[in-house]
Amino acid sequence: MSTTNEKDWPLWEIFIQSKRGLDHKHVGSLHAADARMAIENARDVYTRRGEGNSIWAVQAADIHASKPEDQGAFFDPADDKVYRHPTFYPMPEGVKYM
Amino acid sequence: MPESQQAAQFQAKVDAEQKIEPRDWMPAEYRQNLVRQISQHAHSEIVGMLPEGNWIGRAPSLRRKAILLAKVQDEAGHGLYLYSAAETLGVGRDEMVSQLLSGKAKYSSIFNYPTLTWADIGAIGWLVDGAAIMNQVMLCRTSYGPYARAMVRICKEESFHQRQGYDILVTLSKGTPEQKAMAQDALNRWWWPSLMMFGPSDKDSPHSAQSMKWKIKRQSNDELRQTFIDRTVPQAEFIGLQVPDPKLKWNETIQHYDWGEIDWEEFNQVIRGNGPCNAERMAARRKAHADGAWVREAALAHAGKKAKRSAA
Repeated sequence: MSTTNEKDWPLWEIFIQSKRGLDHKHVGSLHAADARMAIENARDVYTRRGEGNSIWAVQAADIHASKPEDQGAFFDPADDKVYRHPTFYPMPEGVKYM
Repeated sequence: MPESQQAAQFQAKVDAEQKIEPRDWMPAEYRQNLVRQISQHAHSEIVGMLPEGNWIGRAPSLRRKAILLAKVQDEAGHGLYLYSAAETLGVGRDEMVSQLLSGKAKYSSIFNYPTLTWADIGAIGWLVDGAAIMNQVMLCRTSYGPYARAMVRICKEESFHQRQGYDILVTLSKGTPEQKAMAQDALNRWWWPSLMMFGPSDKDSPHSAQSMKWKIKRQSNDELRQTFIDRTVPQAEFIGLQVPDPKLKWNETIQHYDWGEIDWEEFNQVIRGNGPCNAERMAARRKAHADGAWVREAALAHAGKKAKRSAA
């Protein structure tokens, strides 16, 4: 996405888990020469106040994303299957725990 | 899809309070406007470390020194969040840095004023960060997703900055007559430049209307400035300091303070590079960048060597 030249440190996307048991969440990005530096810099930049206890660093170039302009057609198959939702099924009066 | 239709869809999204994300279509001017604003904001955070860094070695106690160090480190982090947000718009970090170093890109002119005494560190936290917060709270709701997210992160950290600054002035204002005079002197010198931070008056700010339409900005310069004054004057009174504006007076009818006139000539001079410290700030940034060049190269060479070794 961004313009880079040979001399630049590559861009890394940083994901932080704020608490054990929760998902790692994207928090931002930074430049670093290698993975170890990316993780150490992510600690200094994104967890100065106990925001997390686990860090993932992924090179931005390795992330593949869906295209926003195809959003409609791409996600369309999910929209017409209402029977995937529990509310599609009326429950007889008196049935409990379902 | 024709561009006019894309533009209409874009504006509809903005009007519906949906965030714009990096890979979405956006008008070229929206992108340019954001790159300019976000990179300027990032540069301000980085250059803003200089006037405060000036006092790290001379802070009056170990406690104050540790706090100031943490604060300046936060500013570096804020700069980085913002550079990252700008990079999602397709501009490279090195490009932004070279625009700053060549003088092509601007940064907040407040950082071209000197920090003459320890009380200035208090005034910067209280007034300069206080004014910045007004702007940043608004920007938490800006229409560009990565910018808004960076702002949320920054706002969480800024309130510590403002409080630590006020705390310095509270302490000085309870001290000896000399200390109190030092606090008053700092307020005298930082008050007007802080008000200038909100930018030109609405009637002289031609880009504001477009920024509001795109919901990049959500409140006008004058609105934010007035709110800042209304909130800050009682804080000054509380610690017995006098705001250096003879026209300042509470207006019961409009429930706001009436106040004097900003010296826009001074503002324009400082923006044009003729402030007290413009040359010094730029020299410091250029030196830091040049002195760090070998570190950046060495780190890359080291990473390359390690990668080669693990591939072998």
